[in-house]
Amino acid sequence: MEVIKPLLYILVFPGFAFQFVFSTYLEWMDRKFYARMQNRRGPLYTGYNGILQPVADIFKLFFKEDIVPAGADRFMFSLMPILGLAAVITAGLYIPVWFFTPYNSFEGDLIVVLYLLSVPSLVLFLAGWFSVSPFSLIGATRVLTQLFAYEVPFFLALLTPAVVAGSWQIRTIATFPWTSGAWWAIPIQVLAFMVALLTLQAKLERVPFDIPEAETEVVGGPLTEYSGKKLAMFRMQKDILMLVGSAFIAALFMGGFPGGIWLGGLQVVIKTAIVVLLLSVVRAAFARIRIDQIISFSWKYLAPASLIQLLVVLILKGNGVF
Amino acid sequence: MEESTFNLPIGPQHPFLKEPAKFDFEIRGEEIVGARMNIGYNHRGIEKACEARNYYQCMYLLERVCGICSHSHTTAFVQGVEEIMKLEVPRRGLYLRTIVCELERLHSHLLWLGVAAHEVGFDSLFMLVWRDREAVMDILERISGNRVNYAINTIGGVRRDINEEQRKKILDAMGVLKKRLEHYAKIGTNEPSFVARIRGVGTLPAKRAAEMCAVGPFARASMVDTDVRRDDPYAAYGELDFKVITYDSCDIYGRVIVRVLEMIESCKMIEQLLANLPEGDIALPKVPRKAPAGVALSRYEAPRGEDVHFIRSNGSDKPERVRVRAPTLANLEAATESVVGAFVADIPIAIASIDPCFSCTDRMAIVLRDPKNGTRVATWEELRRYGVEWYGKNKGIRF
Repeated sequence: MEVIKPLLYILVFPGFAFQFVFSTYLEWMDRKFYARMQNRRGPLYTGYNGILQPVADIFKLFFKEDIVPAGADRFMFSLMPILGLAAVITAGLYIPVWFFTPYNSFEGDLIVVLYLLSVPSLVLFLAGWFSVSPFSLIGATRVLTQLFAYEVPFFLALLTPAVVAGSWQIRTIATFPWTSGAWWAIPIQVLAFMVALLTLQAKLERVPFDIPEAETEVVGGPLTEYSGKKLAMFRMQKDILMLVGSAFIAALFMGGFPGGIWLGGLQVVIKTAIVVLLLSVVRAAFARIRIDQIISFSWKYLAPASLIQLLVVLILKGNGVF
Repeated sequence: MEESTFNLPIGPQHPFLKEPAKFDFEIRGEEIVGARMNIGYNHRGIEKACEARNYYQCMYLLERVCGICSHSHTTAFVQGVEEIMKLEVPRRGLYLRTIVCELERLHSHLLWLGVAAHEVGFDSLFMLVWRDREAVMDILERISGNRVNYAINTIGGVRRDINEEQRKKILDAMGVLKKRLEHYAKIGTNEPSFVARIRGVGTLPAKRAAEMCAVGPFARASMVDTDVRRDDPYAAYGELDFKVITYDSCDIYGRVIVRVLEMIESCKMIEQLLANLPEGDIALPKVPRKAPAGVALSRYEAPRGEDVHFIRSNGSDKPERVRVRAPTLANLEAATESVVGAFVADIPIAIASIDPCFSCTDRMAIVLRDPKNGTRVATWEELRRYGVEWYGKNKGIRF
């Protein structure tokens, strides 16, 4: 039993199987919602209202021809998708799914998660770098440039709830409003919540921040040369990153998922879905901005906004409000 | 970034190009320092094919020069032929022709607005604009029976009349469309992320636009006040009251504004035309098959700009020479130049801002002999011999 439990934990819940199923569901929901906002129907044919379409897409890619470009570094080119997928799945293990302590929760796991969520960007950069094509190279440099734009505001925004709870442990932060009774700590952090949403959108490279893989400009960006299984792994990485990022924002800013296994589980689904829907609205409402514009946008508005939020929280904390 | 530049080849196949064309950009980091273009991937030999067909067949062939401005090419050709044959087209025919012209301009500009939004990643606008474009396509289908190649022109008039019911349907659709267009004009000029991508990008100063002979909305957005509809009226335009839209920002923002306002103007023109539709025949009852010897140069304001057809006849029932100058050819050089100094991210929208149509443009293909790789040029006889040998050897087929 002592051996099986961690294995189940990694492979089934909240590990790979759960993340795969839930992330494809979220992708379907995102696509459907995005389509309805554009007066389209979205996926329709695979499963109920096309609910299995993301799964079908990934499975189809798995059976496609897998090409490694002649000039590419074969080992690194093949390693990158695995590394990226592993990083996001590992980050997903730390989602505080219900009130109980997650299996490997410890003081400081927030830092680990932030680190693991940065890995996909580096992986994308290296993937573009090692596939030696002009579009991949431009995409790769854009990934890194964009990383400098959104990473600091993202960290600052996620730091705010940690400061409020006075802890580096995700479980403690998530349950803080319920254990301390200070539920109004949630509305106070709305600015940090918004910054976290926008920077997560940038991390996910979706409109208006889909600069590294802007289809009309650089074809597929870093993923231009990827095909078959490796591309499927990148697709899964992106979906799971959306799930994990949204779940963490829901956990840190929306009061966690209390209420035992069933109620808690339900809250995971609903709150994560709300975050994903907000991301879809952002995706539908804007045009893609340029790389210089995202840098000035995030350093002119996002970073100061998260600093102001942090200042407010620190002042309240210093006066012993929490 | 170090000072060295590297070459970014775009095309002949690239997601932002709807048709094949080749661009070579010299880039430093994300900035473009040089641009070259090469066209000729879409050459179909239409001009040569015209010389082997009579005037009626040519009309249908030229309709297929372009999938978007198909009516422009037939009208330009038909006008030239009518000029050579000295035909007086009935007024109702001219009015109907003009209605289709303006409907075509509407659907072409709507298509462009959607494509432009897509190029900068604004897919919501793209989807909504293309939904409304269907309204125009439906009208065109109702009038002519076809959505793309309307085949409504004939030498000496048009082939189909419109009845009272069609007239009402068109007016209803115009009312709806005008409201929607005003909404899109508001989005296109106010949505911050969209405006940030198009304002000050792909700048072409007014003087340079005039020097490079830019035409159409592309030139009008650079304050070059040119419009064949007003300068050299054809069809029913002489009797119409309309404004030529110009804008002075000289960038893509201006091109969006010019096109959207032109669409609203087109709606008004269609309403005018329908209100004043004269009674009478729609086409001449009898038109000669042969044209007397002569030349004609026909100008036409296609949605993308001035379309010029040159026709020379020799007294037979076939033209001796037909030359088509599509608006894209006039604009492409200027557009390529306007990209220099912009960012890599601006390439798609800057090139797309002229609404390029390479199948209209390509009139010839030149094979440059490459001394290093030894490009081979084969004659028709050589190719035939090679084909016969290959099939004999590999497939066992004897010719």
